[in-house]
Amino acid sequence: MKRVIALLMENQPGALSRVVGLFSQRGYNIETLVVAPTNDATLSRLTMSTEGDEKVVEQITKQLDKLIDVVMVTNLSESEFVERELMLIKFTKDSFPENVFDESNIVSKNNKIINVQVVGTSSELDKLISEIDTNNPVEIVRSGSLGISSDEKTLTIEN
Amino acid sequence: MDKSNKSGAEALIHSLHLEGVDLMFGYPGGAALHIYDAIFNQNYVDHILVRHEQGAVHAADGYARATGKPGVALVTSGPGATNAITGLATAYMDSTPIVVISGQVKSNLIGTDSFQETDMIGVSRPIVKHSFLVQRAEDIPDIVKKAFHIATTGRKGPVVIDIPKDFTDPEYKFEFNYPTEVNMRSYNPPEGADTSRIKEAADLIATAKRPVIYSGGGVNQNNASEELTALAKLLNFPVTNTLMGLGAFPGSDPQFMGMLGMHGTYQANMAMHNADLIIAVGARFDDRITNDPNQFALSAKKIHIDVDPASVSKIIHADIPIVGSAKESLTALIEELKSRDLKTNESDISEWNEQIKNWRDAHGLNHSLLEMGAQNGKILPQQVIQSLYKETNGEAFVTSDVGQHQMFAAQYYHFDKPRQWINSGGLGTMGFGLPSAMGVQLAYPESIVSCVTGEGSIQMCIQELSTCLQYGLPIKIINLNNAALGMVKQWQDMQYGGRHSSSTYENSLPDFVALTESYGHVGIKVSKFDELESAMKECISLKDKLVFLDVDVDPNEHVYPMLEAGNAMDHMRLSKDEKTW
Repeated sequence: MKRVIALLMENQPGALSRVVGLFSQRGYNIETLVVAPTNDATLSRLTMSTEGDEKVVEQITKQLDKLIDVVMVTNLSESEFVERELMLIKFTKDSFPENVFDESNIVSKNNKIINVQVVGTSSELDKLISEIDTNNPVEIVRSGSLGISSDEKTLTIEN
Repeated sequence: MDKSNKSGAEALIHSLHLEGVDLMFGYPGGAALHIYDAIFNQNYVDHILVRHEQGAVHAADGYARATGKPGVALVTSGPGATNAITGLATAYMDSTPIVVISGQVKSNLIGTDSFQETDMIGVSRPIVKHSFLVQRAEDIPDIVKKAFHIATTGRKGPVVIDIPKDFTDPEYKFEFNYPTEVNMRSYNPPEGADTSRIKEAADLIATAKRPVIYSGGGVNQNNASEELTALAKLLNFPVTNTLMGLGAFPGSDPQFMGMLGMHGTYQANMAMHNADLIIAVGARFDDRITNDPNQFALSAKKIHIDVDPASVSKIIHADIPIVGSAKESLTALIEELKSRDLKTNESDISEWNEQIKNWRDAHGLNHSLLEMGAQNGKILPQQVIQSLYKETNGEAFVTSDVGQHQMFAAQYYHFDKPRQWINSGGLGTMGFGLPSAMGVQLAYPESIVSCVTGEGSIQMCIQELSTCLQYGLPIKIINLNNAALGMVKQWQDMQYGGRHSSSTYENSLPDFVALTESYGHVGIKVSKFDELESAMKECISLKDKLVFLDVDVDPNEHVYPMLEAGNAMDHMRLSKDEKTW
């Protein structure tokens, strides 16, 4: 089962390598990984999705929490949450499937190439890819999952 | 406090002094020379010059294990840093508090493949609790404060401080302010007792019929030996210790079952397998204990006390997790048990203790081998340990290397006090014994410090004999010489049809007596059983001398009991031709 873990870490050199290193060191798989600074410039937020049973995910979150640079960890998939991923797809003009995308998806267009943008859950994006496969997209880029809890829970710290 | 202007190097040494450091181990080199000059110009911190950086880190580690205070090592960049890696990994696996300071190339050269450049932060990342790359000279006091705080709190561990040479430049001075406290939003290890589940733990204890107290290195690290012993005495429950936990409960106490696990005693492993309650304290259910975790102590409830939340329910599910200091949590548990005027199932407990006694009588270790004299004309390695125990009244610090001699020492020297037994349990580092003994001897100059080793392990850090002469360290090296890599050979005997692939030396061993004497120490050779006890006496009596006692032992001896891989803990080989299943 796919799990989404989010964490806040000190925005400083070496912090990311400790998190990524932990995964290879302990034999966990990362499926997607997204990292960016937060509105608090001293913190970065990192979101990762991974496959694993509950016991493995519990170990992962505990081990992440032990890293000195990690301020806070949450397993978003423990309760209801919103997951979104951004995908960019490049088509040649000839192979562009007009019945699948409308004008609002198109982010760039010239006489040879049309680039589209789609936002959805990872499984929606998977499904879309399988539908357009025959239309030979030139390139597909996915951002990896972001997540946010559906209820009042937040992954923020008070300064 | 001294607020005068200091260079980064002076600030570093002064910060160490303010952390209470009076001794450090190291080896100089280009990137560390500013620091070495600052050491020369002060009297607070003594520096011990080792002969290899691995020795420096093991010595700092031995010092930390024996005293409970953080050990400090200083190395240069590049090869100095990489030579420190085995020492760091050793300390990491056994959770010892050490701080390793490495010189780094100048900050503007980092990333350019400059001379003696290694990415120390990157290379050491998976084997440190944390690490710091200094970015400004002014940050050094704050980083030292944090490094010692992190190394010595929660589950302890090694911390690296990597300092580019320009930040220790004597020409650049700044106002020195040492922080009085540490405030880290991202690091708040559990402190004190976890009392949330204490009542449930007490309920389980009150109804247990076949309980075992299983304690590990965490009890020694947390100075919780007194509390552990008090709990065991209050309840009259049998106790077993891991390899790292020996000494936490008196080894010569009748309630003690001996070590458990791979080479644990028959009674300790049988008690674990048949228990209905296991109270684990500062132990982590590693593979050398549980054997097959899916068949581990299936009828037992588990209470797990540990300061590291990630150790709880990692391998074995904890029915009652208690995440906090072992010392404080045990105290809370004892108070709870006393407050309810606890009645355990006394008849069940005495029946259980009787069962354990029967197991011990049937297949326990023979602690009277010494009285039996030579066996087939040979000295058994176990007899050497018993002789050492006898001549030191069981009071010596014993360090060891890794292999058969380590297991014999763990099995046959009864450690009555915590921090008395010092070995590399987690990483299993050959070469640890002699340098760690240097750290212990420097911390306790008046005590007998012996290093039980083998002719394989001792050669991995033998260069430290020179350090021992320079600083007058009268370590007693007890070499169980079986002319082979004994544990490797044992496995080859058992599992590879006796094919001794690269585990013997074909008569290439040095004359250890001559070697030791060339380093300026005393060497004694023992090849006959009749010489053993008098030679051991002489070795121990030479108070001011390092003595290398080279004892030829039976090369065919195996370590038993031995758990049979892939099975439960009751599957043991008891000798070359006896097994329990």
